[in-house]
Amino acid sequence: MRIGVFICKCGTNIAATVDTEAVARKALEYPDVVYATDYMYTCSEPGQDEIQQAIEEHDLQGVVVAACSPRMHEVTFRRAVEKAGLNRYMFEQANIREHCSWISKDTEANTRKAIDLVRMSVEKLRFNHPLFSSQVPINKRVLVIGGGISGIQAALDCAEGGLDVVMVERESTIGGKMAKLDKTFPTIDCSACILGPKMVDVAQHENIHLYAYSEIESVSGYMGNFKVDIRKKATYVDWDACTGCGLCTEKCPAKKSFDGFNEGLDTTTAINISFPQAIPKRAKIDPKYCWYLTKEKCKICQKICPVDAIRFDMKDETVVEEVGAIIVATGFDLVDHSVYGEYGGGHYPDVITGLQFERLVSASGPYEGHIIRPSDGKEPKNIVFIACVGSRDPSIGRPYCSGICCMYIAKQAILARDHIPDSNCYVFYIDIRAPGKNYEEFVRRAQEDYGVQYIRGRVGKIYPQGEHLIVQGIDTLLGIQVEVEADLVVLATGVAASVGAKELAEKLRISYDEYGFYMESHPKLRPVETNTAGVFLAGVCQGPKDIPASVAQGSAAAAKTQILFSRDTIETDPQIAKVNERMCIGCGKCIDVCPFGSIQWKTLRDGSQKAEVLDTVCQGCGLCNATCPPKAIQLQHCTDDQILAEIEVLCAGERHG
Amino acid sequence: MVNSKEESTTKKDLLIVGFLCNWCSYGGADTAGVCRFNQPTDLRIIRIPCTGRMDPLFVVKALIYGADGVLVSGCHPKDCHYNEGNFYARRRLEVLKQFLPFMGIHTDRFRYSWVSSSEGRLWQQVVTEFSETIHGLGPNPGVHGESDAKAGMSFYT
Repeated sequence: MRIGVFICKCGTNIAATVDTEAVARKALEYPDVVYATDYMYTCSEPGQDEIQQAIEEHDLQGVVVAACSPRMHEVTFRRAVEKAGLNRYMFEQANIREHCSWISKDTEANTRKAIDLVRMSVEKLRFNHPLFSSQVPINKRVLVIGGGISGIQAALDCAEGGLDVVMVERESTIGGKMAKLDKTFPTIDCSACILGPKMVDVAQHENIHLYAYSEIESVSGYMGNFKVDIRKKATYVDWDACTGCGLCTEKCPAKKSFDGFNEGLDTTTAINISFPQAIPKRAKIDPKYCWYLTKEKCKICQKICPVDAIRFDMKDETVVEEVGAIIVATGFDLVDHSVYGEYGGGHYPDVITGLQFERLVSASGPYEGHIIRPSDGKEPKNIVFIACVGSRDPSIGRPYCSGICCMYIAKQAILARDHIPDSNCYVFYIDIRAPGKNYEEFVRRAQEDYGVQYIRGRVGKIYPQGEHLIVQGIDTLLGIQVEVEADLVVLATGVAASVGAKELAEKLRISYDEYGFYMESHPKLRPVETNTAGVFLAGVCQGPKDIPASVAQGSAAAAKTQILFSRDTIETDPQIAKVNERMCIGCGKCIDVCPFGSIQWKTLRDGSQKAEVLDTVCQGCGLCNATCPPKAIQLQHCTDDQILAEIEVLCAGERHG
Repeated sequence: MVNSKEESTTKKDLLIVGFLCNWCSYGGADTAGVCRFNQPTDLRIIRIPCTGRMDPLFVVKALIYGADGVLVSGCHPKDCHYNEGNFYARRRLEVLKQFLPFMGIHTDRFRYSWVSSSEGRLWQQVVTEFSETIHGLGPNPGVHGESDAKAGMSFYT
């Protein structure tokens, strides 16, 4: 084989701490290497041209590039060698940036390491063979998990583009967190008025099939052909019959049920409809509170229902949907502020979360938009807002900024001043983060036009005194202690990953960070893709963001899905397991261990049983390869011979230095 | 540091072979690099699709050929890109670890860990700790070396 080696300087990213010229010189000594050079930016167009020219001039049959991580540019370079007429799998990449030049400043040691890494890549390449993809058809349906604003946007964009959409929402209505908001910053337009029509569009769109009050049970398959089990949770109401008239909710005697939609500010009935604009507008029974389901008496809803929709014997039901792509838009939950003992640990009724304040101030909320104290129903005169509760706080393991709190407390303070003109609003903040369009101006309006008093400093303690709450804090700009006699305290509770996010990630085989937010494929250049092909992200499940950014990501995920579905087939990855039938002893161990069921029995003409890999199902993990006793099954492009060659050349070769 | 008498070994590069799964630990090592987290330079990483691909033979071959340490790292249990590859790896590698002293290799020369692609800081910690351990043990005396075999067997006596 004739091999060319290209060492990238990556500007000074590599060249500063690796002697690339020495690495290239050394590479020329390796077997089969006929050409080696270093170059400023190998991934650039002239850099790729140089590879292509060298392939032609030196009649190269394989190429090694030592540069950044193959997770970054393997695809780029494979494409480059393919353009020059090589098979794209006759290429290997040595990672001398992330794993070498960036982690040590010792040029000598780094150069030795780079030489080793290149040596290993050359050795692996010597055992490479051209591989060829096959084509499999794509199922052009998309699953959207989560019916918040991001999921809604993604679903509508896909459906408008003619795709079949399956939407799964955990709650009994779509709308997510945005449906609970009163107004949105920085325009103070009514949240329900801009979200409502989109929710209706989802319900009425002929291409969208909505499973509300349902959860993802399991996901199998791969890009283009996923199989998803969806568990429809028992609502105890036949939603095909229910008209959402609400008669049952008026008569239900179990009036002390937890009202999740109103964030626990109010109670609701055991049979309920989350809110008047719910989509789908259908009643469901909360089995924890229903008198019949807990105590076997009542059945009033059944008697009163005009369409006989009540089914007390309803059970969870699992349906199977087949889709080609999945958009994950599962949103977020609030940080539990009970960890803050200094703020009352959740025990003071008049210390509420930002989302509870939204329900207070919302006209569709429990108090019809009148701001009152939850404890005694009186109108508060002094309202204190505390920023960064559960954000930027390493002491509770949340060092990140939630991004939206500075803006939403500015909005809430404006709303409070609007609703109660003689009220005083105080905001305790660390920094004001208002980087969006018109955001900074909005905060200035709160301060200058609405007279909201911003105090830079943290609150150390809140304690009740008579009817009031004493808020003790510090003004770090004036260097004085501040004490406010507050009637209501609003905590700008930060953004946490959605409850159940990790479990869902495990079902989808996608990664999440230490806080439970899903990992995008590349933090800058692939923000809505995941490392699992065909699974895309949208909204806050990927990390804290505001409504415009969530909507943009929803559309981006829809665009990615449309791009995937613009073809009728997808290329399979040929880096899969392959059986050497002459060596296979028919033990069936590979069939037992394969996580994807991609290996089956095959009977040869002489009647003997051999293993056979289903090309389109195999995901290329290599578990069978490690399991096979006679090593008859080999993972292409990562064979035992290749790994052992790398080990041998690294460990048994002459050591330098 | 166990071998304080061999001062020269702590400075000089030893050879550590790393087998990292593409989806988690290789990404974690990339993240550590992107964040410029300083690490010892002894490690050479071989990329494998999944720790389930790890044939214990790879570890043994590396040590027999003269590597001073072998580190295998993959996705956290239950977070495997291929569902269950790392469960198989965990069993195989644990058994392997028990057998190393019988080949005259100190068990501390082999370690497996779980590092996700977001855990750059953890990766730095794993590499640093393991490199220190290997420098403490000094160069691999080979499968016929006596000191290493004794040290390893002492675990079971």
